Amino acid sequence: MNAPAKIETTLKDWETDQEVRWCPGCGDYAILKAVQRTLPQLGCDPAKTVFISGIGCSSRFPYYMETYGFHTIHGRAPAFATGAKLANPDLDIWLVTGDGDGLSIGGNHLMHVLRRNVNMQIMLFNNEIYGLTKGQASPTSREGTKSPSTPIGSYDHPARPAAFALGAGARFIGRGFDVSKNLPAVLKAAHAHKGAAFIEIFQNCIVYNKDVFDDFAAPKGAEDRQLWLEDGKPMLFAKDTKGIALNREKLCLEVVDVTDGDWESAGVIVHDVSNRSVAHMLIEMPFGPFPMALGVLYDDPRPTFEDAVIAEREKSSAGKEANLAKLLGKGQTWTVSGTAQDPI
Amino acid sequence: MATAATSPDEGLPASPEAIVVRFAGDSGDGMQLTGGQFTLSTALAGNDLATFPDFPAEIRAPQGTLFGVSAFQINFGSRSINTAGDAPDVLVAMNPAALKVNLAALKPGGLIIADTGAFTKRNLDKAHYEANPLEDGSLAKFDVLAFDISEKTIEAVKPFGLGNKDALRSKNMWTLGLALWMFDRPREPIHDWLKAKFKSKPDIADANIAALDAGHAYGETAELAGPMKQVSMPPVPSEPGLYRTITGAEAVSLGLVAGAQLAELPMFFGGYPITPASAILHHLARLKEFGVTTFQAEDEIAAICAAIGASYAGQLGVTSSSGPGIALKTEAMGLAIITELPLVIVNSQRGGPSTGLPTKTEQSDLYQAVYGRNGDAPMPVIAARSPSDAFEVAIEACRIATQYMTPVMLLTDGYIANAAEPWKVPDPASYEPFPATFLTEPNDGENFLPYKRDEKGARPWVKPGTPGLMHRIGGIEKHELTGNIDYSPDNHQRMTDARKGKVLGIAVPDQEVALGETSGKLAVVGWGSTHGPIHQAVRRAREKGCSVSHIHVRHIWPLPKNLGELLKSFDHILVPEMNTGQFKTVLRDQFLVDAQPLTKTSGQPFQIAELEAEIAKFFDDIPGNEGGQVKVNDQQLPSPEAENDQ
Repeated sequence: MNAPAKIETTLKDWETDQEVRWCPGCGDYAILKAVQRTLPQLGCDPAKTVFISGIGCSSRFPYYMETYGFHTIHGRAPAFATGAKLANPDLDIWLVTGDGDGLSIGGNHLMHVLRRNVNMQIMLFNNEIYGLTKGQASPTSREGTKSPSTPIGSYDHPARPAAFALGAGARFIGRGFDVSKNLPAVLKAAHAHKGAAFIEIFQNCIVYNKDVFDDFAAPKGAEDRQLWLEDGKPMLFAKDTKGIALNREKLCLEVVDVTDGDWESAGVIVHDVSNRSVAHMLIEMPFGPFPMALGVLYDDPRPTFEDAVIAEREKSSAGKEANLAKLLGKGQTWTVSGTAQDPI
Repeated sequence: MATAATSPDEGLPASPEAIVVRFAGDSGDGMQLTGGQFTLSTALAGNDLATFPDFPAEIRAPQGTLFGVSAFQINFGSRSINTAGDAPDVLVAMNPAALKVNLAALKPGGLIIADTGAFTKRNLDKAHYEANPLEDGSLAKFDVLAFDISEKTIEAVKPFGLGNKDALRSKNMWTLGLALWMFDRPREPIHDWLKAKFKSKPDIADANIAALDAGHAYGETAELAGPMKQVSMPPVPSEPGLYRTITGAEAVSLGLVAGAQLAELPMFFGGYPITPASAILHHLARLKEFGVTTFQAEDEIAAICAAIGASYAGQLGVTSSSGPGIALKTEAMGLAIITELPLVIVNSQRGGPSTGLPTKTEQSDLYQAVYGRNGDAPMPVIAARSPSDAFEVAIEACRIATQYMTPVMLLTDGYIANAAEPWKVPDPASYEPFPATFLTEPNDGENFLPYKRDEKGARPWVKPGTPGLMHRIGGIEKHELTGNIDYSPDNHQRMTDARKGKVLGIAVPDQEVALGETSGKLAVVGWGSTHGPIHQAVRRAREKGCSVSHIHVRHIWPLPKNLGELLKSFDHILVPEMNTGQFKTVLRDQFLVDAQPLTKTSGQPFQIAELEAEIAKFFDDIPGNEGGQVKVNDQQLPSPEAENDQ
């Protein structure tokens, strides 16, 4: 985002009078609080902030934010947000979508908002299930997910949101999960990035896909299973006893042991957020043999779409006068005078 | 030299009131260009005109084939012209396929100008001709002027050192030159146009000019006996002022720009390539200095959604498409309806269903426009009747959208989009501005109620960014004042009623009669691009003494309040449409009248004679109408404006 004047607000200023209607225990509550806590810290102005969403549980988010909000139609939020941003580039737009909304029905729009690089924060709540329609398998559901529409287990291969985003040309990829204390830091980094910032937020659907992320998100043993990335810092986890190194022969990542904090001799690599190739490897690291890569995986800004649109409009209008009367009478014209055209 | 196959009859009259010429050739022969330039020179000569471009969906269909034929028809005269004409007086056939496809339309005794150079064995085979029609006597009832245009073109451009293939590209200019001579049109505008078009390739410009001049000189010097004679066509007496030619797509674009200015709003246009609507995107993309942003979206859905997003942020959102694309936009229209945001949706209708006839015209999206959404989703619909009328209608669409906070559908069609006609350039200052207003302060004491309506039933428009008025809107049913989610039964009832009431309450001018009396035996009721042919057919029937009136409806939804009473004052109602009877159904439903359909879905506009024949069936007692038989007669009668000033 641009850096307009900072506004003093508190968490309360960002809450609406609307009763929150998510299921008790839903991960969305934690994300809502993380956002409401982060925006005052960023000095954001509620009047200039717009939450735009599609359809699904996550897409109810705007109703609970005391900002401008537009709850649109299924999958199309990126298109509405693009139009709003082009109409008023000063707006600070947050897009809220889910795995079904953003990657199934709206995959096409998510792809284009990322490749165009429209300046906004895109939060994709990934709970690997369709919640609001009562629990069908979603495009991110793991193979074998049992659901009303896949009674003996799903068999289609899941999409990987961060890999999709990177492939579509996103210049910022962040990852976090609903109850993580580090989520605000990821949101802040996304907000600081000028361009389309994609944040995958693993979110626990306690009704239809309960604890599906526990293998890495559960507090117990979390340090062994989470790799929190920081720019310029070595990729260490498990209380700095393990790290991620680059196997130069196979050109792939590997987990190495670190003894006595000597990560350098263990070959652990330092995270460079602008390195797209490493970002790709981090996103694709299979969980299990590897920890889950979290935090800011990739951050390498390039010019935004709205700046290009404005520049093109200026270039195209340069030296031209917006004179409607002249425009209407343009081209090859002829004049009929009052006397010369006598009726035959 | 000429190998006229038939003995010239009377040929063309030396001074007809109107004449119809059709240029037909391969889709690579440049017939649309030829027609367009002939149109321009005709307009500059002061004749009234109407055109009908008729081209295949394929960009370059295989050369010489029947399905690759591209045609451009122009009707021009020294009298007011309302249609592109029923049957051509002159057919220019650049190859055998063009002759075969278009011959049936030609008037008996009409003139065929054919390029013998293209009537080769190979091309005759491709057109499925067993014998050369120029030589086998099959064209006996026409006048035929056949000579080797290809060879003459190659000769004319020889000094420019072009190869035969390149040289033959100027064939259309040679033909245009001949046509310009035939109708005594000036060549200078075409010279200027060629110089501008080939600015960076002066050789090509010169070659084309040479071909044009050679065609012209051929007419002049070879002035043949018989059909090859110059026809003089005096200018139409028209209102003094500045004129230009305009196509429907241009007029819609300019009307939208004018409408946005009158609303004092920047315009955001979201589009996606589709025939025949893309031309609007192309025009607007060049008008950025008017505060226009054009956005070529990833699909039709994104195009309308981005336009709604821009309206939400305080601009005038506009999207445009044709039938299949409009279908994709349908869900988003519902969102614009429930969130009550202004939006203009232009639908350049084409033949359907599905992909249908991409380059041909139809009016078959009327149900889709009026009824085609989920839920009770009322939306105003207005229709343009001609290319120039599209300018006025586009302004009206912007007015309704911004004044009533609603999406509006503007219907044109493939015919209006592509056809050209002379247009008296209007003075923008003569239009009453309708500035949009944005709410910047609470509207209910200290409270802000996003859905509190004004006397027109419209809710306030608030730009995001306005301090203190933060609120949420969306597609879920909302409370009638706060806009917060509210599914309660009474609230949904009231909101449904409010949305319906707002649209039905839109101020629509009373329906006038375009031609004839306000009561009588027969009302011919039309909408959209059928205006011209209906108008002429009614005119002719009236000259024969038939009690028939022409009613042309611009506001399809809501309908003019007095329309029901007006229709009921006629014994019969005939509704000609280029669909299977959609407006007829709306009229029956709204007014319980016995509206009878006259339908056509051939992808071609109505001919005057077709309509005249149908009208005649209601007037068996009038001589010359027996059994609905009427003589084909393409002479256009004076403008009805003389009779019914509207």
